[in-house]
Parts: sequence; structure tokens; C-alpha cells
Amino acid sequence: MDYIDNLPPMDLMRSEKMTFVQLIMPVESAHRAVCYLGELGLLQFRDMNDDKSPFQRTFANQVKRCAEMSRKLRFFKDQINKAGLVCSPCLAFQPDIELEELEAQLAEHEHELNEMNSNSEKLQQTYNELLEFKIVLQKACGFLASSHSHAAIEERELDEHAYSNSDDYVEGASLLEQETRPASSNQSGLRFVSGIVCKSKVLRFERMLFRATRGNMFFNQAPADEQIMDPISTEMVEKTVFVVFFSGEQARLKILKICEAFGAHCYPVPEDIHKHRQITREVSSRLVDLEATLDAGIRHRNKALASIEGHLAKWINMVRREKAVYDTLNMLNFDVTKKCLVGEGWCPIFAKTQIQEALRRATFDSSSQVGIIFHPMDAVESPPTYFRTNRFTSAFQEIVDAYGVARYQEANPSVYTVITFPFLFAVMFGDWGHGICLLLGALFLIARESKLCTQKLGSFMEMLFGGRYVLLLMALFSIYCGLVYNEFFSVPFHIFGRSAYECRDTSCRDAQTAGLLKRHDTYPFGVDPSWRGSRSELAFLNSLKMKMSILLGVVQMNLGILISYFNARFFGNSVDIRYQFVPQMIFLNSLFGYLSLLIIVKWCTGSQADLYHVMIYMFLSPTDNLGENQLFWGQRFIQIVLLLLALVAVPWMLFPKPFILKKLHTARYQGHAYGRLNTSEMDLEVEPDSARARQHHEEFNFSEVFVHQMIHSIEFVLGAVSNTASYLRLWALSLAHSELSTVFYEKVLLLAWGYDNLIIRLVGLAVFSFATAFILLMMETLSAFLHALRLHWVEFQNKFYHGDGYKFRPFSFASLAEDDD
Amino acid sequence: MYGFEALTFNIHGGYLEAIVRGHRGGLLTAADYNNLCQCENLDDIKMHLSATEYGPYLQNEPSPLHTTTIVEKCTLKLVDDYKHMLCQATEPLSTFLEYITYGHMIDNVVLIVTGTLHERDVQELLEKCHPLGMFDSIATLAVAQNMRELYRLVLVDTPLAPYFSECITSDDLDDMNIEIMRNTLYKAYLEDFYRFCQKLGGATAEIMSDLLAFEADRRAVNITINSIGTELTRDDRRKLYSNFGLLYPYGHEELAVCEDIDQVRAAMEKYPPYQSIFAKLSYGESQMLDKAFYEEEVKRLCLAFEQQFHYAVFFAYMRLREQEIRNLMWISECVAQNQKSRVHDSVVFIF
Repeated sequence: MDYIDNLPPMDLMRSEKMTFVQLIMPVESAHRAVCYLGELGLLQFRDMNDDKSPFQRTFANQVKRCAEMSRKLRFFKDQINKAGLVCSPCLAFQPDIELEELEAQLAEHEHELNEMNSNSEKLQQTYNELLEFKIVLQKACGFLASSHSHAAIEERELDEHAYSNSDDYVEGASLLEQETRPASSNQSGLRFVSGIVCKSKVLRFERMLFRATRGNMFFNQAPADEQIMDPISTEMVEKTVFVVFFSGEQARLKILKICEAFGAHCYPVPEDIHKHRQITREVSSRLVDLEATLDAGIRHRNKALASIEGHLAKWINMVRREKAVYDTLNMLNFDVTKKCLVGEGWCPIFAKTQIQEALRRATFDSSSQVGIIFHPMDAVESPPTYFRTNRFTSAFQEIVDAYGVARYQEANPSVYTVITFPFLFAVMFGDWGHGICLLLGALFLIARESKLCTQKLGSFMEMLFGGRYVLLLMALFSIYCGLVYNEFFSVPFHIFGRSAYECRDTSCRDAQTAGLLKRHDTYPFGVDPSWRGSRSELAFLNSLKMKMSILLGVVQMNLGILISYFNARFFGNSVDIRYQFVPQMIFLNSLFGYLSLLIIVKWCTGSQADLYHVMIYMFLSPTDNLGENQLFWGQRFIQIVLLLLALVAVPWMLFPKPFILKKLHTARYQGHAYGRLNTSEMDLEVEPDSARARQHHEEFNFSEVFVHQMIHSIEFVLGAVSNTASYLRLWALSLAHSELSTVFYEKVLLLAWGYDNLIIRLVGLAVFSFATAFILLMMETLSAFLHALRLHWVEFQNKFYHGDGYKFRPFSFASLAEDDD
Repeated sequence: MYGFEALTFNIHGGYLEAIVRGHRGGLLTAADYNNLCQCENLDDIKMHLSATEYGPYLQNEPSPLHTTTIVEKCTLKLVDDYKHMLCQATEPLSTFLEYITYGHMIDNVVLIVTGTLHERDVQELLEKCHPLGMFDSIATLAVAQNMRELYRLVLVDTPLAPYFSECITSDDLDDMNIEIMRNTLYKAYLEDFYRFCQKLGGATAEIMSDLLAFEADRRAVNITINSIGTELTRDDRRKLYSNFGLLYPYGHEELAVCEDIDQVRAAMEKYPPYQSIFAKLSYGESQMLDKAFYEEEVKRLCLAFEQQFHYAVFFAYMRLREQEIRNLMWISECVAQNQKSRVHDSVVFIF
């Protein structure tokens, strides 16, 4: 016991000691203080205004202003993207500016931009109109020229018709007289409307015209050569020029209405050739002018945008920070005098001096008369869990956190995970060729670390990059395990010396049938390469890997139970040690510890004993003689003792704990007539909603505790068996991996190499390398990773890990940027 | 196949039902409404809505907000939801979803026609149309002079065409016969929708027939109340009632002869589901009737979510969102015009 007491404190395994603190800040220095705390990033504020909606909080106005500013910034960003400016990081010196100043600047910039936009929009519209007019002039000219001949024929027809029916002729003549428009085709009562319409609408437009005029019209269309910019969406739209011939005033009104409804723009086209030319010339010259103006406008606008763009990143960052500060201030309460803000939160104890320093600086910088009061308080709720990690350990901590965040100050399994996780992975992925491939990948990621961490990566790359150190260790361990298994893409190598075995004669004909002879010393490291391809290869390797898996499993599970002991000691829970740790230890080791011992003894002595038989008959008939399976003297006696111990351990871990808990509870509450003195009564009145007020008297429900304990015990007893069996996955996956790589090597590469044909060889090589890359390196890595993950989460962590804590989330500017992206 | 929806529904409808139920989770709750009612100005409303599903739609609006902007953006969200669902839907769900918008289409047609009758600008009218009820050639409605032209020019291409069979006349358009046209169209639409749902069968038919019957009965009551004191004859009035629903046929006979609101009340109180609605109103009052009907409708729509494997959830979701947007409009108007005491007059809490 003394030895255990004198062990160094397990600081690495415990989360940081936290303390609940109260801050009382004078209003004038509160903003600056929160700002400095955000830069420090070591204090987690508690929301004291949970019941208030966002706009009822104190600083709702400021938050609103920040939201408005970020809206403007988004608008700028959008405009810059639209203008197609390249975002170049501006390294020029940028002076710090106040928020108010920034707000004014932003408003000014927005106003300026809006004005420029509306100007250029107007210009663009005029430009569009002229362009459309020009296109219509060009195209319609063609129609009219061809329609002149048509018109002439129609005119003749009409005339004939008119002569035959005098009434009609009179009517037609009066119509003609009313007509004021001087156009040659008007003579026939035929008139036209020309214009331009979106290409997508042409069909419906034509159908509608046809219906409205009851088919009395002639529709001509031609696609425009140029695309025209839509001023709203700033996209290029294809348009079609049309000319509709019709007769009658009613029809004209209808057609114009339909044109309006379809957003078609109508332009008058003179039929006179000279006039036509003149107008075309005019339009073209005005177009050139406008183009110049438009270009100048766009240049001006781009300049303005470029000047904004230089500051944009800084401004966005600033507004984001400012908003975060006000959001935090909104979590605080005003005290009675309305002159101070009261905040509560969690901070790690080591950070207290830093926080105090920051607060002092804030007081000094805002030249406040009164200092900020910072003092610890006691809280009922359990503190958050905070592990300090670096870039190497953070990935491993993530692996553990993905299962559940550790309870406050609970032993942190990621300390062991750093080594055990890659190692168990490697046991399943033992091949030093594949290991080297992984290693190269990991080294590549690590070498480009500084470059990659600033870049935005895809989700898959992000995952790989985040786990680069895990990958590195996994690769190193799989090289090691590969050397132990003596596998390099399933090819054995004589690295560490000569094989211990030799053929019986020089021809080596009976190597597969009669076997080899052991002539030399045992192969010094790992598996002898001669096993490869021999008849007993599988039997030998399976037995080896299976036993090894059980040994590894029993060791890891024992480690888990040991950690539960240290946890119980740390929390001063002697009941757990006596009635949980001790029987668990006994139960596991009397069965599977004993099995491990047998395995080691068998390996050392080279005995032929059948371990299945030993283990099974230990339960079925413990008193029987072991016979040839006896490994050491007194084995039968030891087995009976161990079996009895295991039997005793089950009720030991099941019954005493709930009864003792019940006794303790009655002693605490009912036994003492007085109960506990409520020492914090004074404080309750002063701070009604502080954490202290939330005291509760827990009810002790015996049946619930008992059922809980029963579930735990059963889980452990059954788990001891099933978890040990579960570790056999180490063997299974390792076997699968080596068999797969053998298949790819022998059945693909060697087979292809057997042909004396370059193409077949190349194809074989390609198939082999693809299979190696995708199946062995990617899929197998993934599956081995998942199995290693399971072994840690379930088999290892269920022995000791509660994982019901919550993470420490300090208010920090550094984390803001990550959230936003 | 009644009762076997669970077996096959999810093949085509499962994804969208999950989507629509997710959308339903985003509807504002009573707590949200309470907070909204306490807002001092429209910016507060925007701030509160930014934490809801409307957030992304409102976040880029510059600060002096108007009620119309809020309503427009909220409607945009509904339209986006609808379009997403319509894109994903297969038959017969896609037809069902399209049926939901026909009501808006009828309203839009009536809006444009009335607007052009009073010589309003077409663009202005188009902006007022509900985006769910838009169709391609809606702007061309302004060209038509009478019903026959209206049908022949424009509506023949739209899904509303079959509903027009009863109201094709050569009369010139005026306010009265436009209103009659709206109700005739609505009647035909509801009956068609009802038949379609019956054809779908199963839980969809069961729940939708309940919802549509309520809709038809509500329209019947509204037609009656609105036509009291007009030149509409009893027979004409009778023709506008849909031929299904709880009131069909005996209730319709009674409603057709009603001369004042109390007679309507007497006729309606014979039907237990409507008794409770009218019990909330004092005699001679018809102002609060709309709200009472809306509340009842919302209750029924919420119940549609209690059952699984049917299409009525889509109908219910669209209706609830529309109600929510109406609520938001009312709250925003009250806040903007400093009439906060009247906020609760017309807001129907959904949950």
C-alpha cells in the first residue's frame, strides 16, 4: 500500500482541475475585459439569462449592429466575387480602428457601392436597349426585305378580293384612310410589330399571339447573334428577334399587351432603307459611347471594390470578434446597482493568474476606477472536463472523446491509447511492405503540415490530415509487426540470419511431404521464413496468433481493471475497491489469467498439452486427473482453487455493494436527527440564481441501485468471456490480411509473371498494384482501424470509463474562426 | 389498399415524409410567438427569426425592414421547401403536391383579372400574386375581356382548364361575376381534389377527406355570410357549395335560405363539430368567425401528423406554414403600427 501511495500523481491522466469563479466587472471595463479573456481563451462563461430571448438581453442593440455590419461585409464579399476580383492577401499596414468608425466606414462604402451599382444598372439598361434595337434593326431588315415581295402578292390578292366585294372595299378603304402611319405595307392594312424576346419564351409567345389574333398574323423569328445581359441576375440570356405581321387596331392593342406580358421589348423599325441606315448608324455610334462610359464605370467600381477588399478579411474578423464579445456580455447579469456586470464561469486552476493578469490589464487600459473582482465559488454541478493536448495527442484524445467525454478528473484512457491503439492496429495489419507505404503517406502529411493546416481540405483529406500522427504510429507499429510476422507483401525475407530449417537433401523434392529438418539455431527474430508455403504454415501461424491475441487481450483488460482501481482511489471510494475491483481482478485472472499462464508455460516448455481440453475440463470435471495434459506439478489443485475463487467472486461483486450503499445513506440522512447545517443561507438571499442555490437531496432507491449492480456484475462476468473471445479478432484480421496479400501476390503477380508476354505481365502488375493500394492499403486499413477502435471503446474502456462528462468550451477568439468556416 | 401502406409507402414516399416531418419541427412554437409578441420593432422580429428556419432568408436584408419584406422572405422559404419536395416526388405524390397549389392559382387568376378591370399595373399585380400559384402565361390574363376569352387564351393551358366548364359565358367581366367565377372554380377544384384523394385510398383518403370536407364547409359558410344582402339568388348561392362535406346536402339547403348571421348560426349548430366553433362567438358577431375557423383548421392539420404513411402531412405542412406566415404578417403589422394590444386578435398558435 505504501508503494502505491508513493507513486507519482497521475497528472497526465487526470483532466485539469477546474474552479467555478465569479466575476464582478464595472460596466466601463467589462467590454475590454471580455475581449482580453477571449484572446486568452481559458474561461467558460455560464449563461445566466437562459430564460430571456435574444432581443431582451442587455446588449441586443450592439449584437444587432454587429449583425448589420456583417451583412454589409457579406454584401461586399458578394460584390467582389461577382466582379471577379482575385482575393490577394493585402499585407499593407492596416491601422486598428474603432468599431464605431468601422460602422461609419462600412455605411459609407455601402452607400457608394449602391450608388455606383444603380448608376451602372441604368447605363446597362440603356445599353441593353440600344443593343437590342441594333439587333432588331439588323434582323428585321432581312424579314422586311423578303416580306415586301409577300406584301406585294397579298396586296394584289386583297385588291382582287376587294373588287369582287364592294362593301368590303369601302370598309377597307376607310380603314386605310384612318391609318396615319406612313409605311408602304400599310396600304394593304398589314402592319407589323418588331421586337425582341427571350429565347425560352418564344414558343409560348407565338402560340399566345396566334390564339389572341385567331391566327390572323404572320410570325417571323431569328435568333440574335449576341447574348444580352440580364440586369437582375447578371447572366447572359439568349434572345430572339421577332416580327409579327397583322392587320387591325384591335389586334395591335392585343399584341402589344401580350408583348408586355411576356417581357418582350418592341422597337419600331423604319421600312425606308435610307432611314433605316441612318438610324442604324446613330444607334451604333451611341452604343460605342455608352460602352466607353460603362467600362469607365466598371473600372471605377472595381477600384472601389479593390480598396475594400484589402481590408475585408480584417474587418470580417473584427466584426466576428465584436459580436462574440457582445454575445458573451449578454450572458452576464447586472447587479442591483446597475453599475456592475456579474458573470460566472469555469476556468482551470492553472489559468487563474493569467486571467487575473488579463483582468488587471483591462482595468488599467480602460482607466476604470474600480478593479474587476474575480473570486472562486463552490458549485453543485460537476465541472467540465479539460485535457490539454498538443497536435500529437489531440487525435488520440479525439478517438476517446468520440465514445464519450471523460467524467471530471476521471482517468483518461487516451494516455494508453497513444501506444495501444496503433499497436493493436498493427497486430491486425502486420506487413512491413504495407507499413512502409503507410509510413510514406504519413510522413508526406507531416512534412507538409504547416502548408496543409492553413488550407481548406475535403472531408476525407481532413480526416486523414487530422489523424496524421495516429497514421505515423500505426505505420511504425505495422512495420514492427510485419517484421515479427516476416511478411513483405506476403514475401518472407531472411533479414535476421539463416533459417533454422533445411531440406533433407540437396534436391529438396520432399520438402512439402516429409518436411524439413532443424539444423541451425532458432531464427533470432520473428517467424522463420521457411514456414512460408509449408504444409503446416497455417496451423503454426494460427496457433501463434490466436494465443498472442488472448495474451494481449488479457493484459489490456487487466490494465483496464487496474485503472478502475486508481480511479476509485482517487475519488476515495473504498467500497468500489473492495467490492468491485478485487472480485473483478480475481474473476478475470482465475480464468483467463490462468489461461494466459498456461499459454506461456506451454511456449516455454514446448509441451504438447491440449489447452482447450484443459480449460474445458477445468469446468466440467475439475477433480479428474489431467493425464498427458498436465503442464506442471499441482495443476489440478491450483485449478480447483481458482475455480472456487471465481465462483466466490461473483456474489462478492454482486451483493455487498448495494447493501453498503444503503447503510451509508441511512447513516447520513435518517440516522442523524439533525441533518446538515445549511451554511450558505446568507448567500442564497444575495445571489438567488447562483449555482449554490441548486442543492438537491437525492432519494436513495434501493431496488434501482441493486438492479444496476446486478446488470454491472452480469455484464462483467459474461463480458470476461465474450471480451476475451472478442480479442480473437486480432488473429482473424491478421490472418485475413496475410491471406489476401498472398492471393494477390501469388495468384495475380506471379501468375502473370509466368507468361513470357510483356502485356500480360504489365496487366498483372497493374491489377496487383491496384489491389494492393485499394483493397489492402485502404479497405484493410479502415477495417483494422475500426476493429482496433472497438477493442478500445468496448473491451478496454468498459472496465473503468464512465465517459459522461462534458467538454470545457472556453470563450475564445481562436475557436470562432473555426466555427465560422 | 387500405391498411397496407406500411408495407410499401416508404419505397417512394419515405424520404419525403421524413423531410416534411423535419420541416414541421421547424414551425414556430407558442414560446416563439410569445417572444415575437414582445418585440418592440421589426428588427427585433428579424433577430428572433434569425434563430429559426427563416434565418438564412432574412439575414441579408438591410436594416429598415418592412412587413412586406418579412412576409416575402418567409413565403420564399415555403416556396423553396415546396419546390424541393416537388422535385423529389414521384407519382402520385407529385400530382398531389401540385393539387395543393391550385387554390393559389385560382386566387392569382382572380387577383389579376380584378386588377386589370380596375386598370392597375400588371407588374404591380404580379408582385402581389402568391408565388405558389404562378403559371407561365399568367401575365397574359390582362388581355382577356370576358370569360370565354379568358379560358380560350390563357387558362386552357393550365391545370385549371377543366374547372372552367361551368363558368364559360360571354358576359363581360365585372366584380360580381369574377367572385362567382372564383367560387365556382374553387368548388370544382375542391371536388376534383376530393375525388383524387379518394382514388389514392388508404389513410390519405381518410384524412384528406376530413380536411377537405372542413375546407368545403368553411367555404360554404363564408359564401353564405358574404352573399347576405347581395343580389345573388338562393339557387345561385346553392350552386356554389361543393358537393361533399359534412353539410352536404341538408345543411346546404338550410344555408341557401339564410338571410342573416343568426340563421346561419342556427343551421350550423345542428352539426356537433361546428357547434363548438359557433359557441365561441356571441350572437350577431361574424368578425371572429375567421379566427375560430382557422383555429379549428390548425387543430385538424396538426392531427394529420399523428398518423404515418399518408400524403396528408404534405397538405397539412403547407397549410400550417401559410398560417404561420399569416401570423407573422399580423404580428409584424401590429408591431410596425404600434398596435401591440391587438396582436392576439388574429394570431393562431400552431403548437
